[in-house]
Amino acid sequence: MKPVRSDFWHSDGHRLSGLSTLFLLAPFFAVIAFVFIYPIVQLLVISVTEPHPTLDNYARVVGNPVYARVLARTLWTATLVTALSVILGFPVAYYMSRARGAVAALVAVCVILPLWSSVLVRTAAWSILFQRNGLINSALMGLGLTSQPFKLLYTQSAVVIAMTHVLLPFMILPIYGALRSIPNDYTRAAAVLGATRWRTFIEVILPLSLPGVVSGSLLVFLTALGFFITPALLGSPQEMMVSTLVSQQIREVLDWPFAAALVGVLTLFVTLLAVIFSKTLRFDRLMGAAS
Amino acid sequence: MKPPADKGSLALGACVYAVLAFIIVPLVIVIPMSFGQNDYLAFPPSGFTLKWYAEYFDSRQWRAATWLSLQVAFLTAICASVIGTAATYAMVRGRSRLVTLFQVLLIGPIIVPHIAIAVGLYLFFQTIGLSGTIPGFVLAHTVLTLPFVVFTMAAALGKVDANLEAAAMSCGATRFAAFRYVTLPLILPSLASGALFAFIISFDEPVVSFFLSGVRQKTLPRRMFEDIEQNLTPIIPAIATLLIVLSIAILLGAHALRSRSKTP
Repeated sequence: MKPVRSDFWHSDGHRLSGLSTLFLLAPFFAVIAFVFIYPIVQLLVISVTEPHPTLDNYARVVGNPVYARVLARTLWTATLVTALSVILGFPVAYYMSRARGAVAALVAVCVILPLWSSVLVRTAAWSILFQRNGLINSALMGLGLTSQPFKLLYTQSAVVIAMTHVLLPFMILPIYGALRSIPNDYTRAAAVLGATRWRTFIEVILPLSLPGVVSGSLLVFLTALGFFITPALLGSPQEMMVSTLVSQQIREVLDWPFAAALVGVLTLFVTLLAVIFSKTLRFDRLMGAAS
Repeated sequence: MKPPADKGSLALGACVYAVLAFIIVPLVIVIPMSFGQNDYLAFPPSGFTLKWYAEYFDSRQWRAATWLSLQVAFLTAICASVIGTAATYAMVRGRSRLVTLFQVLLIGPIIVPHIAIAVGLYLFFQTIGLSGTIPGFVLAHTVLTLPFVVFTMAAALGKVDANLEAAAMSCGATRFAAFRYVTLPLILPSLASGALFAFIISFDEPVVSFFLSGVRQKTLPRRMFEDIEQNLTPIIPAIATLLIVLSIAILLGAHALRSRSKTP
């Protein structure tokens, strides 16, 4: 697995001894093993051993039509959010990669500030906007588009809109990174050879930006699959996602083995996708751009 | 290079500003709402009052939640900075065969859904009595923030010329002294900005906090979650406004630190 460039860990100069290296790495490995690996493995073990060694918990996740629908809804919501993020995010990333000076700074602030503000703040904002007497309904009624306020809050549409809002920066930044790495000479060469701006975009810029699109899409899709806060606060209890179902099973039904199997399905699926696409997930680029 | 203002560019510009409005307006809209006089949230807000801010600062419950989150975020920033910097230094200067394992474990907490980590920790911490305690929150948030600190520190350490340390050591400095007096001052701005990011991630972290919070020990995000879920009082826009101001302050702080680190 190579989530970062091969030369990311610069290695020159005086080498540390093996013992010092181990000493410095020990706290990191200890914390990750104790607070990350162990709890997840414990859940996976529970999912196949309780109430007795069995795969019944997994059979219920996939076999019961109610839960199968939750899985399907989760996949569909994540796909929709990813598609919307590409459509909304690409123009912004493209504009950002060409902008200079104050305009570039303004766009960058608009993209990065939400990334560092609380997910709860953003979800609360949508919760306020979507209320019966909220801004969106007032605007629609003021414009005469509807006489009755729409039910917006506690719908799957609300979840999709708010999740797209929260995850959009994760799409824009990798695309921006890919676009920025295209040398200006390429577009100039295409222009010299007689290509129109549109043709240059389609044949030069778009193909070269694809790694960024794939990377951003994966990041948004994987995060969307396990998203909890937004579906929990804006979604309808009749239209649960995997994360909200897990929460309900633990906090209300107290069915730990089943909840563990749900977490198992989610974690294994996400990890599998991450491993398959590990070459395109460029975290060094995202982290660099986000800070 | 200034893009020529033809129809295509204008259309692109219009689309882009519409999307930027979609990103920013929901954040900005809570600010005027926090000054509205109504006891329910309606738009446009009427009048001007600071009573929701007063209510937030006067409420013992909100103050307790904020204080708990501040302590957790502060301790998380310290733990993640120290552990992350030590590990990154070992990866950059060491001869470790653990590179692959290190990278996989590093991005693990970013890839694995937070709900999975939260549920796993909820079960584990209950059995060992760490649930709802400050050490429990700090450990959990340290795992979530470590990747951010390590990536920041790897970028910073990569820019430090290893020969500087080698020179110090050939003059008789120990490895630790060379790090302490040569490398550390050079990476300090990045270390501080990494710590700031760890602080804000922990302070705003909703999912793990949601599951680890006990009846009495509730973090600020957990309290906000309950308020939004149950009745959504106008105190929420007031807190949201304060949190947005905090985010802006932290981003400005990190930006200032980064521009300082560029000037030698």
